[in-house]
Amino acid sequence: MLNYVAKRLASSLVLLALVTTLTFVMVFGGADNVAQNILGENATSEQIAALEQKLGIDRPLYEQYLSWVSGALHGDLGQSWTLGESVARILSGRLPVTLSMVILATAIIGVVSALLGIMAAVRGGWADRAIQVISVVGFSLPNFWLGLILVVVFALNLRWLPATGYTDFTTSPTGWLASLTLPVAALVLSGIASASQQVRGAMIDALRQDYVRTLRAGGIKPSSVLFRHALRNAMPAALTVLSLQFIGLLGGAAIIERVFAIPGLGSITVQAALSGDIPILMGVVVTMIILVVIVNIAIDLTNAWVNPKVRL
Amino acid sequence: MSAATPAPAPATSGRESLVLSVLTNPLGLIAAILLVLVITTAVFAPLIAPFAPGDLQIFKINAPPGDGYLLGGDGSGRDIFSRLVFGARNTLIGALIALSVAAAIGVTAGLFAGYFGGRREIVMSWIADGLMALPALIVLLAFYQSLGSSIQVSMVIFGIMLSPGFYRLTRNLVNGVKHELYVDAARVSGLSDMRIIARHILLVIRAPVIIQTSIVAGISIVIQAGLEFLGLGDPSVPTWGGMLQDAFANMFVVPTAILWPGLAISITVASFVLLANAIRDRLQQGNRTASVSKMPKVEAKPVGAAPTESDLLLDIRDLVVGYPGKAGWAEVVKGVSLQLRRGEVLGLVGESGSGKTQTAFSVLGLLSTGGRILSGSIWFDGRDIANLPEDEMQKLRGKRIAYVPQEPMSNLDPAFRIGFQLTEPMMTVLGISRSEAKARALELLAKVGMPDPMRTFKAYPHQVSGGMAQRVLIARAISCNPDLLIADEPTTALDVTVQAEVLELLRDLQAEMGMSVILVTHNFGVVADICHRVSVMKDGQVVETADVRTLFANPQHDYTKMLLGAVLDDVTPRTYAPRTLKEISA
Repeated sequence: MLNYVAKRLASSLVLLALVTTLTFVMVFGGADNVAQNILGENATSEQIAALEQKLGIDRPLYEQYLSWVSGALHGDLGQSWTLGESVARILSGRLPVTLSMVILATAIIGVVSALLGIMAAVRGGWADRAIQVISVVGFSLPNFWLGLILVVVFALNLRWLPATGYTDFTTSPTGWLASLTLPVAALVLSGIASASQQVRGAMIDALRQDYVRTLRAGGIKPSSVLFRHALRNAMPAALTVLSLQFIGLLGGAAIIERVFAIPGLGSITVQAALSGDIPILMGVVVTMIILVVIVNIAIDLTNAWVNPKVRL
Repeated sequence: MSAATPAPAPATSGRESLVLSVLTNPLGLIAAILLVLVITTAVFAPLIAPFAPGDLQIFKINAPPGDGYLLGGDGSGRDIFSRLVFGARNTLIGALIALSVAAAIGVTAGLFAGYFGGRREIVMSWIADGLMALPALIVLLAFYQSLGSSIQVSMVIFGIMLSPGFYRLTRNLVNGVKHELYVDAARVSGLSDMRIIARHILLVIRAPVIIQTSIVAGISIVIQAGLEFLGLGDPSVPTWGGMLQDAFANMFVVPTAILWPGLAISITVASFVLLANAIRDRLQQGNRTASVSKMPKVEAKPVGAAPTESDLLLDIRDLVVGYPGKAGWAEVVKGVSLQLRRGEVLGLVGESGSGKTQTAFSVLGLLSTGGRILSGSIWFDGRDIANLPEDEMQKLRGKRIAYVPQEPMSNLDPAFRIGFQLTEPMMTVLGISRSEAKARALELLAKVGMPDPMRTFKAYPHQVSGGMAQRVLIARAISCNPDLLIADEPTTALDVTVQAEVLELLRDLQAEMGMSVILVTHNFGVVADICHRVSVMKDGQVVETADVRTLFANPQHDYTKMLLGAVLDDVTPRTYAPRTLKEISA
């Protein structure tokens, strides 16, 4: 078991190293006109050279990379080029905002998809049809468009909820909920669309197994067959889907934060991408991959707990 | 499993018939029409649009519809309708780029990884897993500065990030078919790997890849629109996402402007999804049995009165079992009558598909989905249990009628320890406490010949051998002292030496507990070993029932003779010395 976790962790670290290196080469290697962009069209070549030296991008790429890595290993992701603050500080202020939104959305997707998927697998009927409709609708409506429509209907016309902004949970829990209701609603639909279908499929597969018939033949109560045995066996597939949803939400949050003017990781990423603030982009990529790695390992551990065969 | 369900209708093979049948599906037809419409619009955009996409009229900024502007003007005074038309073109080009890149990389890699396997597959799968672990949008944002504002370059990168979907799909499909007989045959006959891939394997993966293509086209459109919405596109190129960005900026002035580009995206994406669904439905149709609700109603009435002989435990009369088929109920059991006395072992023999397993499942009330008892009675201990309500039936199962399956490994829940799987039925059926159940379970494990009951109790199913798993299942079946044990080919999946041991165990337990047993088998050796009487089934009917000794000595029906002949010609060293009832119970 410990062996298994260590292996997964090692594989994740290799992934982290590979992706950051690749990203570094791509974004720093392509950073030709950064100083020009920051200073504007009228900057003199001396000004540009001075800024390039100040930012450290006049050095060879491998030198920049080594200094970035040694900094990153100490938790120093460098200075933002446009905001005059350390990247680590900017990101640590914004991470909780995005995380609270994404975790809330993942939880809702998990619960709703589990209920719908199990209902559809066991009963068929309306739940089955609902899943079919949701799967098409949820897939076809881009979350940012859905977000815009929600703003027009619930914020501009009905005035039930704020159109933009974010309230910290510690400041006001109800304000936090009000500020996240529309963004999370816009985020979850597509997730429910795909996850509920996957849960349904996993559940149908589990219920088709030979041992289910044998359990029933042994007089086991239907509720136990369903919720204890079939559900537990369907869990690994469902959890894997949920982890993919989480990754998708991290990306989706970038657009949704823009629509609702939420000061999270996503909106700073967009801002940095447009202004060419490469240290922030690097920091975001590293943060995202670490998040993904943590989630994947958590899912693997849960799966190992659910399915003893994995523990070997 | 020898459960005989009607053979699925063969799926259509020709490409033409697939296209046709997708178009006969109303949703598929609508989706196809919409897609043709969007593509036509994209191709002939300059002819359809009344204005050039960049034409602006200052007095028409955020103008309402009318006066030449069909859907009004945007934030810069450009015609929304014309921009929608040109947007179709640019959006589809972007989607096509991502799609081509994803499919080209993913399908190729999947074919090679699936077909050749080995280290190549491990490396490719690792890369695929890595790519799937990245939030695509964040990566595209990070690369934006170095890629420039051309959305088409971004779509190439996005295509790479989407390729794992194609890769996994293709690899799994190839893994599924590469050991099919016809592929082996092609290999043996000397066809090169490339020819085999081109001729046999591409054929199999074609339809699933088309479905995936349709879905990925939808995803690409959405992501592309998202990037443009964030302002990462080229502002001089009209796109649906860019139009949404403009509408968003003017949302407080003209909220309705967000409708059009969003509708265009949603309708196009929905068409792709519906088309994919229509193809998938068509491909799956062959495997799906007809819906029970559309079948003629049936109500099995008891046949005759309850048997008067108290010695008779089970009396099946004229049992007919059907599954929904294309033309009404397809009968798999056609009027079977069987009788079983207390303490008797009845062999139910026949080829696979003869209806013996379906007969056994009818007694348990556990027919596969859709299956029904169409007529006949199953008198069990003086009560007709054919079509008994499920909750009544559940009270009988485990307690009075127990079941030993064919394949031991797949009949234990892999997620629970054997101990739990033994105690759960006892606690449910007998209502005893956990500790009582545990004590009994350990006793039972010893009784069925487990060398170390405690160790087995704590083990997971995958930690024991097939023979041990079958012993566990037998222990579970007898744990609540059933009157009737239904054993469905209980030794077929086991090694020959283990078969004999398990059979001996069953015989000993039967003798000790005095229960009745229905033993479903195709093996006359097993019958000779343990059964008192035999019923031979063929095509859903019992063709002959006799005492074991009589049957072996003097088979009446031609089919029985044929089956016996087949066995006796066999080279198995077993001797067929059927015993009498007395000898067995002695």
